[in-house]
Amino acid sequence: MASSMWEYANPTRFMQVSGRLLPWVAGAALVVTAAGLIWGFFFTPDDFRQGATVKIVFVHVPAAMMAINAWVMMLVASLIWIVRRHHVSALAAKAAAPVGVTMTAIALISGGIWGQPMWGTWWAWDPRLTAFLILFLFYLGYMALWAALDDPDTAADLTGVLCLVGSVFALMSRYAVNFWSQGLHQGASLSVQPGERMDIVFRMPLYVSMTGFGLIFVALVLIGVRTEIRARRMRALVMRERMA
Amino acid sequence: MIALLVRDLRIATRAGGGFGLGLAFFLILVVLVPLGVGPEADRLAPIAPGILWVGALLACLLSLDRIFALDYEDGSLDILATAPVPLEAVVALKALAHWITTGLPLTLAAPVLGVLMHLPREGYAWLVLSLAVGTPALSMIGAFGAALTVGLRRGGLLLSLLVLPLYVPTLIYGTEVVRRGAEGLATATPLLLLGGITAGAAGLLPFAAAAALRVNLR
Amino acid sequence: MMPDLAPYTAEVLGAYAAALGLLGALVGGVLLRARRVRRQLDEMEHRRGK
Repeated sequence: MASSMWEYANPTRFMQVSGRLLPWVAGAALVVTAAGLIWGFFFTPDDFRQGATVKIVFVHVPAAMMAINAWVMMLVASLIWIVRRHHVSALAAKAAAPVGVTMTAIALISGGIWGQPMWGTWWAWDPRLTAFLILFLFYLGYMALWAALDDPDTAADLTGVLCLVGSVFALMSRYAVNFWSQGLHQGASLSVQPGERMDIVFRMPLYVSMTGFGLIFVALVLIGVRTEIRARRMRALVMRERMA
Repeated sequence: MIALLVRDLRIATRAGGGFGLGLAFFLILVVLVPLGVGPEADRLAPIAPGILWVGALLACLLSLDRIFALDYEDGSLDILATAPVPLEAVVALKALAHWITTGLPLTLAAPVLGVLMHLPREGYAWLVLSLAVGTPALSMIGAFGAALTVGLRRGGLLLSLLVLPLYVPTLIYGTEVVRRGAEGLATATPLLLLGGITAGAAGLLPFAAAAALRVNLR
Repeated sequence: MMPDLAPYTAEVLGAYAAALGLLGALVGGVLLRARRVRRQLDEMEHRRGK
């Protein structure tokens, strides 16, 4: 049982399974995201303090969540690659990065648009905002290293090491910026403390939207890995032709 | 191992080795800032700790790609990798050599540049202390970045993109020590955290950097 | 049907437009590359098959 999970790390097996899975995941991503955003946009009341701007939460929070989850997934995939050398996992880390960087950008931009009426400024050097900007830079560096290296295995190894070291430093930066500045940003939107928690009418569509963003991530990573496997096969064919 | 350190120091200090360029860059940067923001002392003093730290950080960045590049090109890195000395120790030694030729001179020059930036009198000791504690981390993190990019022909720009985000915690704690010191506040917490980063970087990053070098030498 | 967003119409619509625009660009980019690689690989295998 325990070893069966690793079967999917075989590229051929992965292509078969992911090919069958992909239409369902992509369809679910589309339906759930649309449901969450439509519910949030059209069928939620205004907040008594924030007015209609509260509706931005339904794109802001899911994007911010996926920005962090994508990095965590890259970290796990890099570890699996370094320890067990499954090619699919290295490619999954590579495919996750563009999704993660876009999610970070969405979180930053929608947050800026939200901050303008609420805090009177597009940008503040608040710990959370700053940490996200730094995360954005980490994504850029990681993707640039992938793009700079020609040999796929060398690239996978070096980006894997960078991802491990980068994760430690990203975490340290998160605590360092807390130390450095006091925040404007509210606490966790989904805090378990009852007093701080959002009302249920906002939380339900938010959960739906978060699930939708998660599915979008999974679908895009699946497509990305399939593309990378094909690109690799193409590379192998070119090499063989050159040898012949 | 001592011989290796001496050899690295000699290469760095001989003509064309880039020694002194970092210092000159640091000086130029500190001259440019008042030209940009204005000469008033009460405007320069509050930003002095930050400018001095950012300047030291950028000056340190300039010479990073030389840590491994020369040895990689002439093949001596291959010899070092198969030598009885572990590659981790070689990396740590090269980072140390980089620190002696850039971090240490920057630390010693900083008080002079602090005068140009109207750094408050209480800040000088903290400036030197924080740079002395923090710049070894900059060299070690930089050696890791250099190990990642050593196989690339035009790795310099990529190296800065990879290394600068890793410098964030060091920069924050470093400037915080100087700022608090200049305002007469307690500096123990950021100083300890800064020392922790340096110790952690010196203890763990040689392994990551050596792993990256082995991949690049494959 | 359209909810009353006043006085924050521009902000809310702008945030949604920016988010959906970026998501659309991401999905478009991923699909475009997927299609290009797939077509190139098909061509190459077709050529070898002959």
